[in-house]
Amino acid sequence: MEGNIAEMGQFIGAGLAAIGSGAAAIGVGHVAGNFLSGALRNPSAAPGQTATLFIGIAFAEALGIFSFLVALLLMFAV
Amino acid sequence: MASETHSEGGSGLEFHPMDQFIVKPLFGDGPVGMFTVTNVTLWMAASVLAVVLLLIVGTSGRAIVPSRSQSVAELAYGFVYKMIEDVTGKDGLKYFPYIMTLFMFVLFSNVLGLIPTAFTTTSHIAVTAVLAVGVFLSVTILGLVKNGAAFLGLFWVSSAPLALRPVLAVIELISYFVRPVSHSIRLAGNMMAGHAVLKVFAGFAASALIAPFAIGAITAMYALELLVACVQAYVFTILTCVYLKDALHPSH
Amino acid sequence: MASETQAPTSSCVDAGGSAIGMPQLCGDWMGNQIFWLVVTLLVMFFILSKIALPRIASVLAERQGRITNDIAAAEELGKKAQEAEAAYEKALAEAKAEAGRIVAEAKAEMKAEMDVEIAKADAEIAAQAAESEKKIAEIREGALEAVKEVAMDTAQDIVTAMGGKADAKSVTAAVNERMKG
Repeated sequence: MEGNIAEMGQFIGAGLAAIGSGAAAIGVGHVAGNFLSGALRNPSAAPGQTATLFIGIAFAEALGIFSFLVALLLMFAV
Repeated sequence: MASETHSEGGSGLEFHPMDQFIVKPLFGDGPVGMFTVTNVTLWMAASVLAVVLLLIVGTSGRAIVPSRSQSVAELAYGFVYKMIEDVTGKDGLKYFPYIMTLFMFVLFSNVLGLIPTAFTTTSHIAVTAVLAVGVFLSVTILGLVKNGAAFLGLFWVSSAPLALRPVLAVIELISYFVRPVSHSIRLAGNMMAGHAVLKVFAGFAASALIAPFAIGAITAMYALELLVACVQAYVFTILTCVYLKDALHPSH
Repeated sequence: MASETQAPTSSCVDAGGSAIGMPQLCGDWMGNQIFWLVVTLLVMFFILSKIALPRIASVLAERQGRITNDIAAAEELGKKAQEAEAAYEKALAEAKAEAGRIVAEAKAEMKAEMDVEIAKADAEIAAQAAESEKKIAEIREGALEAVKEVAMDTAQDIVTAMGGKADAKSVTAAVNERMKG
């Protein structure tokens, strides 16, 4: 097992950054789940709010993508 | 890490998940200059061709009762039209051709990129950054020209207590300038992640033991990626509409 | 995946044709991508704004117009159908009234004729009855005379037979007296 300590830190950092993707998944699940529970309470109002749903999901997901990007950068670019 | 895997040569599993994003010339092996015809050119031309096939050849019948391709084209038209009308309002419809162009380009680039061995142009940050910065600049300039100084009211949250407003203004300003970053990285990151994951599973398929699992996983991921490709095109377009709404009606 | 060329054509591709680092961050390719992206977007924008979108918009507008027209035409036809129905109803009512009138007229005519006939028949019957009564009266008269004669004859004969002298005058008187009572 050779290799320098910087490379090890790089991989550990990439793994840590990948946790952020999972956190974003939780966030997206929250958005979608709350939308669903609201939609089941008032189904007539749901179709008008799907755009808001997708915007919310996009914002939540963007942050997860950022952490994924950090992981990728650590893996391949640094 | 990359050099490590390469030195192993043909033995064992090989992962080159990022190789699919390499830009290379179509003809010859020369360096990639600014005007070189590359695989980027090929797949962007493919998306233009797809748009022509769907929206021009498909609608050439101009039928009152639409054919299949014409009804798909009308569906896409109505989808974007209604999106702008719902999110931006009636006065956003002036910019319909621009937004339609963005939508069709992103959608077809994403979907065509899923063809095996294809090159996904929207997985490159350079491409999505140009799209996002273009949207950002045009929306900002439009807002300033249309509303003048009132456009800056976007950052001055008049419903908040006076003491909080400068703090909120800083936050709003930062979030405003982060927009093109998140706008572009969301699209490129989604595309890149999906394709890299597909490639990693494809690398697992080289081992006979886990090949069935890997192929099943690729199939499932492919379906998910198809969904993601369409959803990201939708998200990119609807965020453009939201930014356009902020420019046209800056009142918070 | 990449071309099997050996000489790295770019600082981002190694000798094996694999990417060094992330291809997305390779500065050598960005100019190329941006150039072709701008070209693509311009081409697509002109295709959409000059040909595709106006065509689809006109098709949609035409369809909308056709639908509106068709609905209007259908409404007009419906109105016409209602008018026709009303006219038919009216004609039917008129025909019914006419028929009723004709029936009533015929009935009245028939009744008048019948009345005349009945009156005539009544008159005839009455005349015949009167004649018959007259005849009966004559017959009765005749019968009475005959009875009287027979009675007188019989009375004379009886009187003669009994030895009396039959006075014709008194016998007649007696018979008349008896006949009356």
